[in-house]
Amino acid sequence: MLSVERIHSYYGKAHILNDLSFEVRRGEVVALLGRNGAGKSTTMKSVMQLVRPRQGQVVFQGENLIGQPAFRVAKQGIGYVPEDRRIFTDLTVVENLEVGRQPRRQDAPHWTVEQLFEIFPNLSERRANRGKHMSGGEQQMLTIARTLMGNPSLLLLDEPSEGIAPVIVEQMAATILKLKAEGLTVMISEQNLHFARAVADRAIIIEGGEKKFDGSFKELEEHPEIRDAYLSV
Amino acid sequence: MAFLFAQFLTGLANAAALFLVASGLSLIFGVTRIVNFAHGSFYMLGAFIGIYLMEILPGAVGFWGAIVLTGLAVGLIGAVVEMVVLRPIYRAPELFQLVATFGVILVIQDLALMIWGAEDRLGPRAPGLRGVWRIFGEPVPKYDIILIAITPFILFALWYLITKTRLGVLVRAATQDREMVGALGVNQAWLFTGVFALGSALAGWGGALQLPKGGADLLMDFNIIGAVFVVVVIGGMGSLPGAFIASVLISVLNVFGVTYLPQSTLVLMFVVMAVVLIIRPYGLLGREEVAGEHGQVGAPETPIRPYGPVGQALVAALMLVLALLPLFADQFMLILTIDMVIFALFAASLHFILGSGGLVSFGHAAFFGGGAYAAALLVFHTDTPMELAFLFAPLAAGLLALGIGWFCIRLTGVYFAMLTLAFSQLVWSLAFQWRAVTRGDDGLVNIWPAEWLSGTETYYYFALILGVGGILFLRHVIHSPFGYALRAGRDSPRQAEATGIDVKRVQFVAFALAGAMAGLAGGIFVFAKGSVFPTELEIAKSFDALIVVFLGGVKTLAGGVVGASFMTVVEDWLTRLEYWRLLLGLVIIAVVILMPEGIVGTLRTLWRRIRNTDEERV
Repeated sequence: MLSVERIHSYYGKAHILNDLSFEVRRGEVVALLGRNGAGKSTTMKSVMQLVRPRQGQVVFQGENLIGQPAFRVAKQGIGYVPEDRRIFTDLTVVENLEVGRQPRRQDAPHWTVEQLFEIFPNLSERRANRGKHMSGGEQQMLTIARTLMGNPSLLLLDEPSEGIAPVIVEQMAATILKLKAEGLTVMISEQNLHFARAVADRAIIIEGGEKKFDGSFKELEEHPEIRDAYLSV
Repeated sequence: MAFLFAQFLTGLANAAALFLVASGLSLIFGVTRIVNFAHGSFYMLGAFIGIYLMEILPGAVGFWGAIVLTGLAVGLIGAVVEMVVLRPIYRAPELFQLVATFGVILVIQDLALMIWGAEDRLGPRAPGLRGVWRIFGEPVPKYDIILIAITPFILFALWYLITKTRLGVLVRAATQDREMVGALGVNQAWLFTGVFALGSALAGWGGALQLPKGGADLLMDFNIIGAVFVVVVIGGMGSLPGAFIASVLISVLNVFGVTYLPQSTLVLMFVVMAVVLIIRPYGLLGREEVAGEHGQVGAPETPIRPYGPVGQALVAALMLVLALLPLFADQFMLILTIDMVIFALFAASLHFILGSGGLVSFGHAAFFGGGAYAAALLVFHTDTPMELAFLFAPLAAGLLALGIGWFCIRLTGVYFAMLTLAFSQLVWSLAFQWRAVTRGDDGLVNIWPAEWLSGTETYYYFALILGVGGILFLRHVIHSPFGYALRAGRDSPRQAEATGIDVKRVQFVAFALAGAMAGLAGGIFVFAKGSVFPTELEIAKSFDALIVVFLGGVKTLAGGVVGASFMTVVEDWLTRLEYWRLLLGLVIIAVVILMPEGIVGTLRTLWRRIRNTDEERV
């Protein structure tokens, strides 16, 4: 579904991603693992074209995304949930969802505001509240719901468990599995191996912008040295 | 009492057009972060197009229909301007776009002159609303009452649009984080174009609606833009209700000002703005600008460094040419070069606080003109020797900057810019209206240099040494620890404070230093010309400096100097032609679009590309 081929991304002169390639197949949940600064967020942004890779290709459902503006990437069915949430703090919950609304898509589950309120009951209670009056967990729920309003077929979740209470993290895991059951393909970036294992089918580990491992969690368990070298446990 | 009430109603009626124009500006700024100086031009276009349409469409239906159509037409023009001029430069450094909008002003001025001629037009009366109604015995024009009645509907319509529609939700979201809006699948380019068109249309409606009370002339663009900015800033950037309250406040105060204190009209609104900003730094209903909220635009800053051997050789060669110029150049060339040096020093002083300090001042002319006036007043009234009076120019300007800076430094961004503008308007009106001392617009004349400096050649060297010396001094300061502290405060005020830098104090000192250097330029200027007029304190003078700094390149140290030289030559060259504003506007727009890093920045990038030393660049 998504194929990233040998991309190189930079911030100014800093070389962040180095010849990175990977695939995401329809219907799976893939976890992108690595330490702080390994390049996880840059990978997500490079897919979204918020950071423009200087070399390589990002192919989504047969179409090369390189050079396209971010809004067009979104319109093709990639939903992006940024790490720092970036909800619109002056807008209410319902208005935040409205910004994300896009027409129905053939190959992806369709979401209405009411359906999303069923998945995220907390949001329903706070629908008229402004974003700035919400807790971190609620804001995280809101960003995911807002992105789902675009009816994506592939969801990019950048560190969804970061800075959130453990109870909410468990809720989050359940939600991601629910989304998978609805037919959504998901890629999450994580530092939390435990959380990743609970939701993902496959792990990709990067370090210094290079891929170090790509395989099932079972394989990863058979190679504890990889885990020790590239993940902080 | 009845009279007061009638006056109040006139003020309310005047507020209608002002509010329309101001709300358009506020919308555009909120979403695109563009400080659109050309907004007054759309207002002027609205007036001219309105008259044209009212002449061909008959009757009351024609009159109101013409107003509606005018807004649509101006909105369309705004959309074209946005797509052609602004769209290519959204990623340029912040505020760079305002230079492009200044080019648009010049272009529209000359186009309007070509199409409608130089004569002022009287607006047609509204059919069926020609007379007056008596309210408590006082006559109030019927059209005024209609305007007062319409205004709440306009406010409601705009409020509805912004709070209740999808477009409004997107606009508010984009005001906060446009990149995220794009990542959610919204085409920002069209959102920007749409908002710009809507804002322009509002200005056009304002221009058409005021016709029966006024008319159309070629000065109305500049005449309204000051008031509009004041309204938007008093109300709080981006707040529609704020803009409404401020429009009413300013319009009503103005009507009373005209009646009871006619001398106050030139500055009244600026005084109000200054008071509001000093009490409420973000306007009546505005909210605090969170630093970095809108993200860093463009590539990160390249660190400054001293010139390499090539740069040093070039500067040395230039100095040599300038030093030898009197040997082969004629009188005219020398005078032009003196002008260039004066302007370069003035621009360099603005560049110093703008580029290195991150403080965008819209009122830098106050210090240039202030210095010039300080020296001229001493010579004029007390026959002070030129040498002493000349020293007084930078001193007085520096003191003035200390005074103004004390109020302004506490603000940031556009609010800082507007407060400096307000103070410079105060200084200007002082020079303009305190005739007993300054002789008003007759200016101060016969301010000549001392005997030993009176030859053109001698004065050329005098100007060259002080001008270049001033520029080198500023450059030296930028490379000193003080300059580092200043730039640290610009890039990250919080971290700078955390490392022990008193950011506000550093900025305060830098502001005063820049003021003193502008005053030095003013001192050289006044003795070169032998006279000084209030025009040297005008907004236009401040904007001239602003434009050359941006054209030259904010992020390059030589930007101000190169921009000023470029502009002096181009202006000298173009003003001989009939439609020079049109050409100058097009030149400015072309430079802005083709050289988004400014002249120096773009040349440097090109140079690197040629030498291929920096293949990592984006």
